[in-house]
Amino acid sequence: MNDFLNKEVSRRNVLKAGGIGAAGLLIGASGAGSLLTFTASADKSSTGIVPFYGSYQAGITTDPQNHLYFASLILTTMDTSEVKQFLKEWTKTAAMMTEGKSIGKAAESLLLPPDDTGEASGLDASNLTVTFGVGPGFFQKLNLTSKQPKELKELPSFSFDALEEKWSGGDLCIQACADDPQVAFHAVRNLVRIARGKVQLKWTQAAFQRTKQADTKSETPRNLFGFKDGTGNPDTSSHSAMNNHVWVQNGWMTGGTYMVVRRVQMFIEVWDRTALGEQEATFGRHRDTGAPIGSENEFDPVDVNKKDVNGNKLIPANSHTALAHGDGKKKILRRSYSYADGLDTKTGSFDAGLLFISFQKSISDQFIPIQTRLANNDKLNEYTIHRGSAVFACLPGVKKGGYLGETLFY
Amino acid sequence: MKKRTLTVLMLMAGSVLTACGNEEITEPAETTTAPDLSKVTNEYRDYAIGEISLFVTETEKFAEAVKVGDIELAKELYAPARAHYERAEPIAEAFGDLDPKIDAREGDIPAAEWGGYHRIEKGLWIDGTTEGYEEYAQQLIDDTKLLRAKVETVDVTPDMLVTGAVDLLNEVSTSKVKGEEDRYSHTDLYDFAANVEGAEKIFRLLQGDLEKKDEALAAEISVRFADVYTLLNKHKKGDGYTLYNNLSETDVKELSQSIDALAEPLSQLGIVTEAL
Ligand code: HEM
Repeated sequence: MNDFLNKEVSRRNVLKAGGIGAAGLLIGASGAGSLLTFTASADKSSTGIVPFYGSYQAGITTDPQNHLYFASLILTTMDTSEVKQFLKEWTKTAAMMTEGKSIGKAAESLLLPPDDTGEASGLDASNLTVTFGVGPGFFQKLNLTSKQPKELKELPSFSFDALEEKWSGGDLCIQACADDPQVAFHAVRNLVRIARGKVQLKWTQAAFQRTKQADTKSETPRNLFGFKDGTGNPDTSSHSAMNNHVWVQNGWMTGGTYMVVRRVQMFIEVWDRTALGEQEATFGRHRDTGAPIGSENEFDPVDVNKKDVNGNKLIPANSHTALAHGDGKKKILRRSYSYADGLDTKTGSFDAGLLFISFQKSISDQFIPIQTRLANNDKLNEYTIHRGSAVFACLPGVKKGGYLGETLFY
Repeated sequence: MKKRTLTVLMLMAGSVLTACGNEEITEPAETTTAPDLSKVTNEYRDYAIGEISLFVTETEKFAEAVKVGDIELAKELYAPARAHYERAEPIAEAFGDLDPKIDAREGDIPAAEWGGYHRIEKGLWIDGTTEGYEEYAQQLIDDTKLLRAKVETVDVTPDMLVTGAVDLLNEVSTSKVKGEEDRYSHTDLYDFAANVEGAEKIFRLLQGDLEKKDEALAAEISVRFADVYTLLNKHKKGDGYTLYNNLSETDVKELSQSIDALAEPLSQLGIVTEAL
């Protein structure tokens, strides 16, 4: 096995082996690939590799990378064997890419398009994770409704929802996260290409967080409203917390989880003219430290009943934190990214916001009650609007030699 | 009209361009013997020359109608005549000087040089006249005849077929499917269908060889061609096609996706040139 791996060509070594280090040279996109000699070389180990194989898919409890490229897909075939076939190819390909390797055969023929599209050639693995999920339509189209988890159905409509078809739904999803935006895009692009003719893009979203390079103090990332976002998440390093809140414990979905994606537009112009006190009351946290209002430190416990000397609740009852926290028993794992997509041509305002992503072992028991409270009373609703929505069953992890969705097709 | 691409230069000069784009080098020597595809290339040559001959006759009829001022007849002949050119595009376009004269769209070339099919198209559909277009019509006849004479000299290679098939579909993806080819007459679907037919011709000629290499791939391509025709047939009207501006957003997306689904496997056609 090790021997085999050593012979794989890492994207960086391809360049070295060919003796070409010139900037701007795209191996896959030109005839040049064929001029290179592919040699096995001692592994110049990549700095950031997140293993693809394991009991759980990567990209869920993985420390969030700097960039996200998300794609929601429509399944255009009803043939299960075709689907299994591309899931197998996706498995192999995703594993290669997450190791920073070029996919497919080396580009040798001038008369064939190269297997790897090439824009990640020479780039580090960049902590790439590729996470796959299937939506409700997947089960319907493949006549697998007996396997469709009860949890997996379109969300009920919540107050103030302004969902648009062009940002909603999907039969499959690919979430690619990496510390480099080009590496993330490359992953989705190549996977979609592999399944072309069997899937079509439904909607996509590129999104970002601050980069780790810029965040020298390794603080909790801030969203576009300037507040630290992620503080209240359950501890991803704790097995019991993840088993309690995230990983499904039985059936074919064991080791999988449910994903909710909401494209939430944020009215940043409106927010920017809101006084600091009002902003903090909206979230129920201090902007600077991220601490709950009335507390010192970011990770101080959220006590929604704590009162000031006059008997008023320190964290306003209609604040985002108070409502989202509830009694603190039901938690979801949020892994959202910001987006900035040009402007809303009707109004001339920024089209910017949050690609809200959460993972939970039960949508009905965790996400829905929280979002219902938020939709009904959250002060944050004055500044945000939900434009898109989708739910997916994130498949269980893949062991080496296995493939994505294996337990589903047994 | 074809945007100038590496492909055309590459095929004509029998050499390839390096990644840097400027320097020319000769193709590395083949180490194994490539299969003999001369029968196929000869058949394709006959097909393409046949289409271009028809293109000349039909263009003459079209141009004569323009010259005598018969707007209705000219409009009727416009799209069907062009279809012959679109089918044979891999060869027709090999002549970098003639293609823009015949098929440039407004803005593709300097306004003063703009003539050919689309210039007249604008006269017929936008200005509603043939007056002042007689010269363009005559020039078009001359250019198509010159094209017919020149194609005799083309050396049809397997590479040309392999690249040409996907190129035809790329033409559809980048212009016809968006209604940008025949922007005044909206007869884009005629060109669309002709490009697909041209690509299919190449595939059918190579199908036997492809099956020997990869049967599943050949089968997949057949199915995808059928899918495209099923969609195109929904938009048939009489002998031709409905106008582009009658298509809904959904229709356009369906058509576009069906071309992508076909072109991806078709882009592997090059394996027929590899040794068995
Ligand atoms: C644009 C939309 C949103 C923004 C800007 C936003 C921002 C924030 C911020 C700044 C916090 C406090 C820091 C933290 O604990 O991470 C927070 C907490 C939280 N948010 Fe959101 N959020 C948004 C949408 C949502 C949605 C749709 C949900 C859905 C259920 C949600 C659920 C939560 C939860 C569960 C917490 C943690 C509460 C706790 O236990 O302390 N958020 N959010």
